[in-house]
Amino acid sequence: MAAPLCLFLTRPRLVWLFALIVSALAFLFSSILLEQVMTSGTIIYELGGWDAPWGIEYRIDQLNAFLLLIISAISTIVLFAADTSIRKEIPEDKHTHFYTLYLLSLAAMLGIVATGDAFNIFVFLEISSLSAYALIALGKDRRALWASYQYLIMGTIGATFILIGIGLMYQMTGTLNIDDLSRRLPEVAQTRTVFTAFAFVIVGICLKLAMFPLHLWLPNSYAYAPSIVSAFFAATATKVAIYLLIRFTFSVFGLSFSFTHLPLQLLFVTLGLVGIFVASTAAIYQSNVKHLFAYSSIAQIGYMIVGFSLTSVAGLTATLLHVFNHALMKGALFLALAAVMYRIGSTQLSQFQGLGRQMPLTMAAIVVGGLSLIGVPLTVGFVSKWYLVLAVLENGWWPVAVLILLGSLLAVVYVWRIVETAYFKPALAGSETIKEAPLTFLIPIWTLVLANIYFGIDTRLSVQVAQAAAQSLFGVSP
Amino acid sequence: MTLSLETMLQLSIILPLLATMGILATGRNPNLREGVTLATAFLLLYFVISLYHGLQQGESISVHWWELLPGLNISFSIEPLGMLFALIASFLWPVTTIYAIGYMRSHEEQNQTRFYICFAVAISSVMGIAFADNLFTLFIFYEVLTLSTYPLVTHAGTEDAKKGGRIYLGILISTSILFFLLAVISTWFVAGTLDFKLGGIFDSNVNKTVAGAILVLFIFGIGKAAIMPFHRWLPAAMVAPTPVSALLHAVAVVKAGVFTVLKVCVFIFGIDLLAVLPSTQFLLYLAGASILLASLVAMRQDNLKARLAYSTVSQLGYITLGALLATSAGVMGSSMHIATHAFGKITLFFCAGAILVAAHKSKISEMRGLGRQMPITMAAFFIASLSIIGVPPTGGTWSKWYLLMGTIETEQFILMSILMLSSLLNIAYLLPIPFHAFFSGDKSSSSNGIQEAPLASLIAICITTTGCLILFIYPQPLYDLSKAILDTSLLTNSGLTSPEPANLGITNG
Repeated sequence: MAAPLCLFLTRPRLVWLFALIVSALAFLFSSILLEQVMTSGTIIYELGGWDAPWGIEYRIDQLNAFLLLIISAISTIVLFAADTSIRKEIPEDKHTHFYTLYLLSLAAMLGIVATGDAFNIFVFLEISSLSAYALIALGKDRRALWASYQYLIMGTIGATFILIGIGLMYQMTGTLNIDDLSRRLPEVAQTRTVFTAFAFVIVGICLKLAMFPLHLWLPNSYAYAPSIVSAFFAATATKVAIYLLIRFTFSVFGLSFSFTHLPLQLLFVTLGLVGIFVASTAAIYQSNVKHLFAYSSIAQIGYMIVGFSLTSVAGLTATLLHVFNHALMKGALFLALAAVMYRIGSTQLSQFQGLGRQMPLTMAAIVVGGLSLIGVPLTVGFVSKWYLVLAVLENGWWPVAVLILLGSLLAVVYVWRIVETAYFKPALAGSETIKEAPLTFLIPIWTLVLANIYFGIDTRLSVQVAQAAAQSLFGVSP
Repeated sequence: MTLSLETMLQLSIILPLLATMGILATGRNPNLREGVTLATAFLLLYFVISLYHGLQQGESISVHWWELLPGLNISFSIEPLGMLFALIASFLWPVTTIYAIGYMRSHEEQNQTRFYICFAVAISSVMGIAFADNLFTLFIFYEVLTLSTYPLVTHAGTEDAKKGGRIYLGILISTSILFFLLAVISTWFVAGTLDFKLGGIFDSNVNKTVAGAILVLFIFGIGKAAIMPFHRWLPAAMVAPTPVSALLHAVAVVKAGVFTVLKVCVFIFGIDLLAVLPSTQFLLYLAGASILLASLVAMRQDNLKARLAYSTVSQLGYITLGALLATSAGVMGSSMHIATHAFGKITLFFCAGAILVAAHKSKISEMRGLGRQMPITMAAFFIASLSIIGVPPTGGTWSKWYLLMGTIETEQFILMSILMLSSLLNIAYLLPIPFHAFFSGDKSSSSNGIQEAPLASLIAICITTTGCLILFIYPQPLYDLSKAILDTSLLTNSGLTSPEPANLGITNG
C-alpha cells in the first residue's frame, strides 16, 4: 500500500495523478475488503509467511475494514482537489515532496488500522506522525512551522508513552500480537505493571486523539497546515486515534479490565462532556474559520468519547457512526475552506463577508456541512446524535443526554456566525472579482456534501457496519 | 382519474419541491415564475381535495417511503386531523400567492425568486407534517420547515432582519433540539415505537412521572406552538415580508406547532392517559397564562404586525389548552380553531400588508381615518377581528364554543373564565382599529379619495374574509373532520358532505 515511487516522478502533475490513482485503488480494495468481512468474517494475512505469534499479521475485522474504507475514501476525494489547491499554496519544487509525504501518511494510517501487531502499530504511528509534521510545516504561513513544532513535541510524547506501554506489555506477556495479548493479559491482569502499561497506552493515545485536556496541539496545526492537509487530517487522523483507543481497551485489555478496575468510565464521560463544552465555546470565539472548525473537531471528539465511555453496544455503535459521519462533515467543511483559501487567500471570518453571493456553491456546502454538525435531520449528524442520545438513555444517564443536546446548541451558534457573515454582510470593497471556486474543488466538495445527505437518509450501510463492528467487539471481549 | 390516491399523497409532498426547479428555471421572467407557483399551488389544492374525497369514502391511504433508521420509517398516511391541516394550508397557499404577487411587486422586494422557492419548500414540509404517519417523520419535516422559513424571515437582509432571524432560529432550533428531540427519543425508548395510534402508544401501566415529564418536554419542545416562555420568536419573525407573516406565521408554521401538539396529545399519549398525567394540570395553567399574558401584551403594541403576532401567541394558547383538556370537545374545539383562526389571522395580516403597501403605515396610532381611504381592507379587518374574538356571524364562534364546552365538561372553571376574559381582551385590542379607521380622525386630511391595495392583494383579502363567513354558515365539513379525529368511522357514516354514495366505504380495511 505504500508508494515511495512518487519520488521518481518529477513532473508535479504526474505525481498528483499517481497519488490519486494509488489512493483510489486503496479505496477500491478497502470496499472489497469490507464487503468480504461483512459476509465471511475476519480476514487474516500473515506478512512474510510467518505464523501469527512470531510474524506480523494483518487482521481485518469489521472495525478495521470500516476505518480503512473511511480513510481511503476521504483521501481519494481530498486528493482530487489537491492539485489545484497545492499549486496556489506550495512552491512548485516541493510538490513532489508533498505527494510523497501524503502517500506515506495515508499508507501509515491504513497500516495502523490494518495491522494486528502492537509494535507494528507503533511503527506506523511514527511514520504517519513524522509525515504529518512535515506536511504541516509545508504550510504557507510561517506560523505553520511553530504549529508543526508544537505537534512534534506533543506527538512524540504521546508516541513515547505508547511505546513504553507496549514495551511493558511485551515484558509481561512475551508477545506483541494483539490477538495473543488479549489471551495472555488476563492471566497477569492484577499486576501493577499491566496497570502502568494500560495507563501509558491510554494517555499516549489520548494525546494523539486530542481529547480535551490534551488537545492543545490540534487547532494550530489544522489552521496553518496547507488546506488540503487540514482537510485530510481533520477527517481521518483523529479517527485513527479513536480506533486505537477502541482497539486497546476492548480487544487488547478487554472490557472487564478496562472498565471495572479503573474509574475510566467516569473519567471519560466527564472529560468528554467538558471537552464538548470547552471546545464548542472556544469555537464560538475564533476569528479564523479554520480554527473554528478545529475546535469544533475537538468538541466532536468529545461526543465520540462519551459514546465510547458508555461501554454498551449502542454506545460504541454511536461512536463508530460518528467517526464515519464526522469524517464526512469535516472533510466537506475543510475542503470548502480550501476552496475559500484558494479564491481569497485567507480563512479569516471577516473575509467571508458577502461570500454567500460570490461563491454560492461553496458557501452552500459550508451551510449543509454546518447543519450536519448541528445534527439537523436528513444529515448524517442527526443519525449520530440520535444513536448517541438513545445509547445514553439506555444507560439511564438522562442529564448527560441533556448536556449532549445543549452542546449541539453551541454548534448552532458557531455555525451561524459564519452564515450571518457570509450572507448578511455586504461584500468587502475590492472583492468584486472573487468568483466561484473551480470545478476541481466543487466536485469533491459536493461529493462529500451529498454523501452527508445521502448517508443521513439511507443509513443502512453505516449503521449496519457500525453495529456489526460494535457487536463483534463485545463478542470478543465479554 | 388515472392517479391513485397513494400517488397523489406523495405528489402533494413532492410537487412543491418540483416546483422549486421550475421557479428557479423561470426566475428571470417574473410572470412565468409566478405562473409556475400558482399552477403548482392549484394542482396541490386539487390533489388535497381529491385525497379528502378519498378519505370520506373511507379509503385508508398510506405510503411507506423508506426506513431511515432501523424501526424508524419515513411514511405517510391520512387521517382527519392531518387532512384538516393540509386542506387549510393548501387552500391558503394559492390565495397567499395571489396576494404576494401584488404585494411583492408593488413593494419592489429583492430576491423574489428565492422567496418563492423557500415558500414552496415550506409548503412541502407542511404537507409532510400534515400527512406524517409517525412522530419521526413529523419531526424531520418540522425541522425542514424551520430551516426553509429562515431565509424568508430574513428576506430583507438588513440588520433588523438578521436580529429577528437570529431569535427566530435560535428559539425554534433550541427548543426542538433540546426538548423536542429528547422527547421523541425518550418516547421511542419508553414505548418502542413512534407510530401515531389513536389512543396513544404508551402502555397503560407506564410510569406516570416519566410520561408526565415527556409531556412537558413535548409542550416546551414544540416551540412553534409558541407557548410562553418560548413565544419570542413569533414577534421577532414579523420582520419578514407580510405574505410570509401571513401564511407562515398565521397559518403554516404556528399551525404546524399546535397541530403537532394535538397529534402528540391524541395519537402519542391518547386522551385517556393525558387526563391522568400529573403534569397536565400544570401545562393547562401554563397555556392559560400564555393566553392571558399575550393578550395583555398585545394591547400595548402600537405596531400592527406586532399586535397581531401577540394575538397569535394568545390564540395558539387556546389550541394547546383545548388539546390538553383531553376531552372530545376540547380536541374538536382545538382542531376547529386551527381552521377558523387560520382564516381570521391570515385576513388580518393581509390587511396589515395592504395598509403598508397602499398607505405606508405600520403603526396603529397612524391609522385613524384610514377606513375612508381603504374601505374594503378595513371592512375585511373588521370581519376577521370578529372571527378572532369569536362572535357570529364568523367561523371563530364555533371553535370557541367547543373550547368553552371542553372547559365546562372538565370543570376547569378558572380556565373557562380565562377564555372569557381573553375574548374581552380580544375585543379591546382588535376592534378599536377598524372603529378608529372609520369613525375618527380628521375628515378633511384624508380626502384624497379611495386608494386601495393592489388588485391581486385585494382579491386575496376578499377570499379569506369570505372564508371566515362561510365557516360560520356552513361549518359541516369542518365539524365532520374534527369529530372524526377521535372516531374515524364517523366520517364515512355522516355522509352529509360526501358526494359519493356510502357503499364505496366498503373498501375500508
